Amino acid sequence: MTSSSRQPVEIATRPPTTDAQETPSCEDAGLSRRHFLERLGAIGVAGALAGTGVLEAASGHKAGAVTTAAAQATGASSKPAHQWCMVIDLRYCNGCKVCTAACQEAHYLHKDQTWMHVFTMTNASGNTYHMPRPCMMCEDPPCVQVCPVKANFRTDEGLVLVNQSRCIGTRICMNACPYQARYFNWGPAKSAPRQPFPQEPEWPVPQVEGTVGKCIFCAAMLPMGKIPECVSNCPMDALYMGDLTTDVAVNASGQVVKLSEFLAANDAVKFKESYGTHPRVYYILGHDQDLENDEGAG
Amino acid sequence: MMREQVDAMETGTSTTMTSRTLEKSIGTAYDGVDPVPPREDIREAAMRPVLETGKWWWTAVITLGVVVIAGIVAWVMQLRDGLGAAGYNNQAFWAIYEADLVAFIGVTYGGAVVSAVLRLSKARWRAPLTRIAEATALVTLPIGMMFIVPHLGEAPRIWELVWPPYWNLSSPILWDFFAVSTYLLATVVFFYLPLIPDLKITLERLSAGPDNLKTRTCKKLYTVVGGNWIGSIPQRRVLQGALGLISIMIIPMAVSVHSVLSFAFSSSSRAGYLETIFPVLFVVGALYSGVALVIVMAAAFRKGYRLERYITEKHFVRLGFILIALGATYLYLTFTEYLVDGYSGTIGNAAWVRQTIMGRYWIPFWFFVVGAGLLPLVILAFRRTRNVKGIATASAIILLAMWVKRLVIVIPPATEPLVKSPLNVASANWGTFHFTWIPITITLAATAAIPLLLLVVFKFFPILPVADMEEMAAEAEGLEEDLSTLSVMASTGNSPSGDRKEIMHANA
Repeated sequence: MTSSSRQPVEIATRPPTTDAQETPSCEDAGLSRRHFLERLGAIGVAGALAGTGVLEAASGHKAGAVTTAAAQATGASSKPAHQWCMVIDLRYCNGCKVCTAACQEAHYLHKDQTWMHVFTMTNASGNTYHMPRPCMMCEDPPCVQVCPVKANFRTDEGLVLVNQSRCIGTRICMNACPYQARYFNWGPAKSAPRQPFPQEPEWPVPQVEGTVGKCIFCAAMLPMGKIPECVSNCPMDALYMGDLTTDVAVNASGQVVKLSEFLAANDAVKFKESYGTHPRVYYILGHDQDLENDEGAG
Repeated sequence: MMREQVDAMETGTSTTMTSRTLEKSIGTAYDGVDPVPPREDIREAAMRPVLETGKWWWTAVITLGVVVIAGIVAWVMQLRDGLGAAGYNNQAFWAIYEADLVAFIGVTYGGAVVSAVLRLSKARWRAPLTRIAEATALVTLPIGMMFIVPHLGEAPRIWELVWPPYWNLSSPILWDFFAVSTYLLATVVFFYLPLIPDLKITLERLSAGPDNLKTRTCKKLYTVVGGNWIGSIPQRRVLQGALGLISIMIIPMAVSVHSVLSFAFSSSSRAGYLETIFPVLFVVGALYSGVALVIVMAAAFRKGYRLERYITEKHFVRLGFILIALGATYLYLTFTEYLVDGYSGTIGNAAWVRQTIMGRYWIPFWFFVVGAGLLPLVILAFRRTRNVKGIATASAIILLAMWVKRLVIVIPPATEPLVKSPLNVASANWGTFHFTWIPITITLAATAAIPLLLLVVFKFFPILPVADMEEMAAEAEGLEEDLSTLSVMASTGNSPSGDRKEIMHANA
């Protein structure tokens, strides 16, 4: 069910926007402007306008995947119900990698496709600690910017997803991601039984050979009130699925915390904040633990 | 006897007319007159590849063709087995094909520098080399662009790159697409324009030869694309103007192509890719390897088609000096890049510089330093080795070493682990690219395709720019002052007196 055909209708029915000089003429102004912009886009002049996000919406991502910017630009009044995030409490992670296994089982991934990867780190006294790394679901994701065919996109609920029926496998997103969170399908994808959903960005099962895959926060499960596989399977209760809108987070045991207070009380940090990606994964560090926050590249 | 003089006498004007009146009479009333006398020896040499097909030609074409076919087989195997069969993995996501892309698009720059830059700087000695240089650019650019195909995970959907609704204008890959396709167009035009007068000459030669399918096809084609050339002054003036314009235009285009190609790397936060020096480094590297390829090809075709009289050792020495300047610049840029990144000592930069210079990548790195940096300097420094053989050998080594350098540019930063403990960087796991026969065969096939396509191109087009060389020969021999004036009129700003000694060298 690709809903790209549905997309223009949805945009068209939205009230005409912010653009004062066009709105007074007729009710149909939004529609005609859309056609105008589409044409502009077609001849490639529209680069300068792309920043408004209008084109982004007009040229058709999935209906559910209209970016926040686009929603604002088209004057949508409905706010998304959720802003998903994750909290990882490194104090409790023992490196058992059950999260990785659960993820790979749920999404039918090869062994090297560790969407939820657990890194082993060394602290100052030479002891090891463990650092699970899902997709950071950046608010300003570099992978979305560099993809030449718009296969990467960010939903209005803050999920960064890959449209594998669009991806052509240039792998420039793997280059752009500072967290090494993207995994390519270098050979035939692992076969999967029939799934409750068709293969789509919210549930990319089975994977598609020659395209990039990554952690999706189990996007298709979230509307059904289910938390991601890694979180629900963590035996140490170290992972929390959170929602910035309702300000709650929950772990595998069903412990519910008030997100903002929980983060503040435990001095939560983000990974590689200096890269300006604004990740939506928070880490709570234990004694003598550190993240690689100070690496400058160029 | 010059034709215009005959014509002038027939119209009753004085044979000692001034150039102004000559231009007037030829340009208006006698449009059908070619003021430049033909040079049989040049025409014969230039048409040699078109008219004669030796046994060695077939041997070369079949040998190279087999390698190219092997490359196609390898690519089909890769399509079947996936990119993993080419040695890629999640920690070596970019490697040999990306290096090939940079290397093969890079060597097209030889055409731009030898032909366009030397044309603009009025270096007359360039003339016998320009056709080979332009043809090399013409055949290598599509070969380089071809590497986009095996590089893609989903090659059958490559059409999405050219499908405007899918365009993401913020993607450097899309910029690449725009830059390379514009450059391709310019390269074709740049090959075609100087060819126009030669097509007429080819047409005449072919008409005199045997009448077979090839001749008939060529005649038809050349009549369409070059049949209207009569060599009159207005035509020459228009052609010179167009050539001047495209020579100027192709230089920023060439610069933009490799700059944008470097953005695909440097638009990430990855240490070793995020380098402000990359656009310059890439462009200079492309010019360097491009000139080297022109030297190798010129040496090979000179020998194969016995063109020693026209392409002399002097040409190679001069190109060799250009090579030295570019090579030294490239070495310098690399040095600054490594020094600054290594000196900064941040976790990521220190790691990749260390691994490249003295870690797991030290062999290819130092091979580059010796092969593309020191060895050519040594060969060109000594008079004993500064000959055709020495310079061609140095150029071949440069081509190999520069390809290795592209691997050194691409692979270390890609394989560097991005998540590592700041307190114990050494424990981090580096990725490894495993060379397999598939990409190596494809790379060899692309290399073989360059001489193969050139052999085919010169079967259809003269290997020397006949019209250009005849014009210069005419000027050099000082037949008429009018001809010098002609060159003034044709290409504005050209000194009418010219450097005759220079020209004599070019045509010696």
